[in-house]
Amino acid sequence: MSDIQLVDAPAGVEGAGFFATSLDKAIGLARSNSLWPLPFATSCCGIEFMATMASHYDLSRFGAERLSFSPRQADLLMVMGTISKKMGPVLRQVYLQMAEPRWVMAVGACASSGGIFDTYSVLQGIDEVIPVDVYVPGCPPRPEAIIDGFMAIQKLVQTETLRRRSEPQYQKLLASYGIQ
Amino acid sequence: MGKFSNEELLNKLNAEFPEQLTVVGEPFGLLTLETGRENIIAVLSYLKNDAALQFIYLTDITAIHYPEEEKQIGVIYHLHSLVNNVRVRIKVFMADGDVHIPTATELWNGANWMERETYDLFGVIFDGHPDLRRILNVDDMTAFPMRKEFPLEDPNRVDKKDYFFGR
Repeated sequence: MSDIQLVDAPAGVEGAGFFATSLDKAIGLARSNSLWPLPFATSCCGIEFMATMASHYDLSRFGAERLSFSPRQADLLMVMGTISKKMGPVLRQVYLQMAEPRWVMAVGACASSGGIFDTYSVLQGIDEVIPVDVYVPGCPPRPEAIIDGFMAIQKLVQTETLRRRSEPQYQKLLASYGIQ
Repeated sequence: MGKFSNEELLNKLNAEFPEQLTVVGEPFGLLTLETGRENIIAVLSYLKNDAALQFIYLTDITAIHYPEEEKQIGVIYHLHSLVNNVRVRIKVFMADGDVHIPTATELWNGANWMERETYDLFGVIFDGHPDLRRILNVDDMTAFPMRKEFPLEDPNRVDKKDYFFGR
């Protein structure tokens, strides 16, 4: 017998033959358990991501086995590795090509802050060019840390209201990066 | 071992270019010469085309910055004679503000990218280069980052600020 685990239903009103909850929660539940990550792997953190995707750590347990190498279909941009200043516009372009809702995860010290590369050629954290939702520390982070970061993204996705992306606060954030 | 010694090479060069080359040293058996930019192409051309020497391989063009010297910027050529297994290094120093040197692309096509890199990082202008623009750094960069006055650490770095360390 296989032991299939289902996600818990969100909070709602239950009675005989019906279950009612808010649309936010139902959509959040669906989205958070079928995130399509776009791996933007440039260095050793990308190798850790390969381990995270492989059978031992198995990111597909979280519904993220479908990697999207096209930004159009991706929900989550996972930036793993050193981003040089010359790569900055490319990363930004990839982010712009993603459809809303989109989330960004900076994996490892280099993507988060530039890491050991405090120098003229390296971007000092990807948050200089695109907004970031979750930072995963480590050099490189272990697969457990990447999974922990991914679960933090899932929590964000679950609890986000449907209108968050049209809120003035969010628009202001994007405007501060010169997007839209 | 090379097929001719550094001494023989130096004698040949001194006969061809009297009073125009000075020996800087011979570290690890690598003969290092200095010359002026007015001679550099003639010297390189002689080394490449001489039937006995045959320094046909341009290993690298790079530069160096000594801010305390009068002639601050040096351009350095590494040549390799593949058939004779002999290497030589030639340096040309120039004063800051007048960092011009003739291009070596007419001798080696491979000098193209080497000179672009040297321009990108040190701001050396190679006169006659077919396409002298930045090769490694972002196109809108205005500084030459390998010069000593360029700060080593990126000014945009925030997590190394003193207040994070109670200073």
